[in-house]
Amino acid sequence: MSNAPVDAGRRRFLTWTTSVVGGVGAAFAAVPFISSWTPSAKARAAGAPVEVDISKVEPGQLIRVEWRGKPVWVVNRPQAVLDNLEQIGDKLADPDSSEPQQPPYTVNTHRSIKPQLFVGVGLCTHLGCSPTYLPGSFAEQVQGVEYGFFCPCHGSKFDMAGRVFSGVPAQLNLAVPPHQYLDDSTILVGVDQEA
Amino acid sequence: MKALISWIDDRIPMTKTWEKHISKYPAPKNFNFWYFFGSLAMLVLVNQLLTGIWLTMHYNPTAEGAFASVEYIMRDVPWGWLLRYMHSTGASAFFVVVYLHMYRGLIYGSYQKPRELLWLFGMLIFLVLMAEAFMGYILPWGQMSYWGAQVIISLFGAIPVIGDDLTLWIRGDYVVSGATLNRFFALHVVALPLVLVMLVFLHIIALHEVGSNNPDGIEIKKNKDANGWPKDGIPFHPYYSVKDIVGVVGFLFFFCFVIFFMPDGGGYFLEKPNFEIANPLKTPEHIAPVWYFTPFYAILRAIPDKLGGVIMMGLSILVLFILPWLDRCKVKSWRYRSMLHRLNIAQFIVCFIILGVLGVLPPTEGRTLLAQITTFGYFAFFVLLWFYSKNEATKPLPERLTK
Amino acid sequence: MMKKLLLALVFVVPGLALAAGGSNVHLDKAEYDLSDKASLQNGAKLFMNYCFGCHSTQYQRYNRVAEDLDIPIELMEQHLVFTGVKSGELMKNAASEEQIAKWFGAPAPDLTNVARVRGADWLYTYLRTFYEDPSRPYGVNNLVFPSVGMPHVLQELQGIPRAVYEEPLIDGEPQQVFVGIESDGSGEMSEDEYDQAVLDLVNYLVYSAEPVKQERKRLGYWVLGFLVIFFIFSYLLKKEYWRDVH
Repeated sequence: MSNAPVDAGRRRFLTWTTSVVGGVGAAFAAVPFISSWTPSAKARAAGAPVEVDISKVEPGQLIRVEWRGKPVWVVNRPQAVLDNLEQIGDKLADPDSSEPQQPPYTVNTHRSIKPQLFVGVGLCTHLGCSPTYLPGSFAEQVQGVEYGFFCPCHGSKFDMAGRVFSGVPAQLNLAVPPHQYLDDSTILVGVDQEA
Repeated sequence: MKALISWIDDRIPMTKTWEKHISKYPAPKNFNFWYFFGSLAMLVLVNQLLTGIWLTMHYNPTAEGAFASVEYIMRDVPWGWLLRYMHSTGASAFFVVVYLHMYRGLIYGSYQKPRELLWLFGMLIFLVLMAEAFMGYILPWGQMSYWGAQVIISLFGAIPVIGDDLTLWIRGDYVVSGATLNRFFALHVVALPLVLVMLVFLHIIALHEVGSNNPDGIEIKKNKDANGWPKDGIPFHPYYSVKDIVGVVGFLFFFCFVIFFMPDGGGYFLEKPNFEIANPLKTPEHIAPVWYFTPFYAILRAIPDKLGGVIMMGLSILVLFILPWLDRCKVKSWRYRSMLHRLNIAQFIVCFIILGVLGVLPPTEGRTLLAQITTFGYFAFFVLLWFYSKNEATKPLPERLTK
Repeated sequence: MMKKLLLALVFVVPGLALAAGGSNVHLDKAEYDLSDKASLQNGAKLFMNYCFGCHSTQYQRYNRVAEDLDIPIELMEQHLVFTGVKSGELMKNAASEEQIAKWFGAPAPDLTNVARVRGADWLYTYLRTFYEDPSRPYGVNNLVFPSVGMPHVLQELQGIPRAVYEEPLIDGEPQQVFVGIESDGSGEMSEDEYDQAVLDLVNYLVYSAEPVKQERKRLGYWVLGFLVIFFIFSYLLKKEYWRDVH
């Protein structure tokens, strides 16, 4: 070992700059590892928007379609159900859809683009079970409400606009997926309606 | 911070370990170029483990889905192509680095007493690495994967009496099939990496117990100052840690050049027929193992008898294990050994490289003869070494390290 | 001395190996250009019209091709994607695969990676060296792929290709010597146009075998540039510390 004086400043400077350059390199090297966890082209193709033919959905009927692996409900609500939606606001946790559980174009009492047709993600906002549709027999759960959804897992209850009732485990309304009408008898789930 | 460190030190020997192996490990001060390859092997190992784990996340280990899932990684998974090229190039880089590391040990006598066990652990690493590489190569389930595995596994059939049953047992089927792929996958991603990491750990423990050799082949521990620190030693950190960073960056330059500009390695790292899905009914025109196996493959082919070839190939690897006991010379480095020894090493290296080249070429009569001559040279190295090393005319060793 | 010898070997060896790997037929060099989007688009069109009827590229997706080749996705769906398939799907036609196996006795190989298996030069030469041979089931044979089990699908573009022979005297005996292939002129294209069309098709197949190739090289320059800078800093740091030792 020689005893030449050490230029501590230069040494510190070089240690820092080399560390920073190396750190930048490590950060870039991490990109492929992190990015490879994002959905692949296969997942994105499988999660592509889904067209749904709604011409044959009778009043009161619910059909399920799969979008990104989730059940999406399309329900044709009879006029009586729609009228009822206006009257039960005081029993609900978020009757005016103030939580961001839906695209802006469905922020209304019936939480849909066209009043009759409700499009919603059929997964309970509590822990992700799929609630059961109770057409005409929901009054056992909530008095005076004939139609609704009841989650078998922990008893959460939702009205026919997917709005959650107060006092159940779930706190948020059912999510409404982005969707649009291609024509009167077809909707496209997965793409927002153009403003 | 200090309190935290001492809290930990009261419970596990963190600082003590750091000092023993890193900041107060005395390394000879005259390490040259050849000493980069140990740390580089470590770097490549980490690269293989990380990219391997990430590839496993997208790979499908079935005969039906393997090939498609590799293409899925190459095309559909974001950045999957880079992960795959890092892994495939890493496999070749591993052998480049390990062969050069072994060459270093050979010329400077790093296998000699007291480093026999260190050498043995290293040889076991090499052996496991070959198994790991072979089993990894089957996973893309391309034509070369399939037929390479077919040929190599058939070698076990040369063993008398149990040969046929053994090959059947290894494959788990009458031909190489999904069953073979599945078991090789399990070994490749779980069992062998575990063994490999454990052996690397032992390799380093053994190294740090006896201390590093150096290009002069003399023990720095024989010359200590008043504090018990070897006069020719410098702490590994910071001196060799900063030096190894330079080596790492230099290596990465070549490594990344291959990954980004020639990931096929000219058809040697990723062989052309392997871009075609495995077809049990059609053998590719020319089967050659990946380049890092070719020296041993050439020895196999040089012997006209199947069993004899397998035995010679096995011996060519086994004989490396007993190198510490074949060399009876007390002087380690070829710097101070006889001209005969230097020439012997030179001819050994030349034979090894020629065998490597012959292994990728289709055999002709002339080439087979050349393979036989170089196989002879390969083994002659060890036999000659045993004879002349007993009373070798060596040069006087220096008292202290030279440049 | 040892080092020099080693270096010499390292450089000589790959040359030897490559020289030995070649085929007997001379392959024409395919001067393809992956940055030429027009050529790639034309290649994709030719591929979909003439090859895709029998061969899949089942590891590649329609929308990836559209994106990489700057083909508007609507145009792709209208003209290049078979009906009933979404553009995010893989380019596979299972139905026709079964048909092909029935008609030709063997399924047509998948062509996604064919440029990496055979090489661009081989493909370029192969598609230009079909020649009329009535003894073969489809009336054609091929120079680089003798007894090929596939008809000459580009015949309407090239015309009927005929092998041309000369009969020089060798050792006093007249011998048939093959000198080249000539079209009868009945095709839609001139010889140069046909070569260009084949080149576009090969270009597309090279793209298909590794869609990320251009991007990979582009990134490579950045990575190597970064490593040069990193090298400078790490080297200076090493020198600084090692002043203690020297």
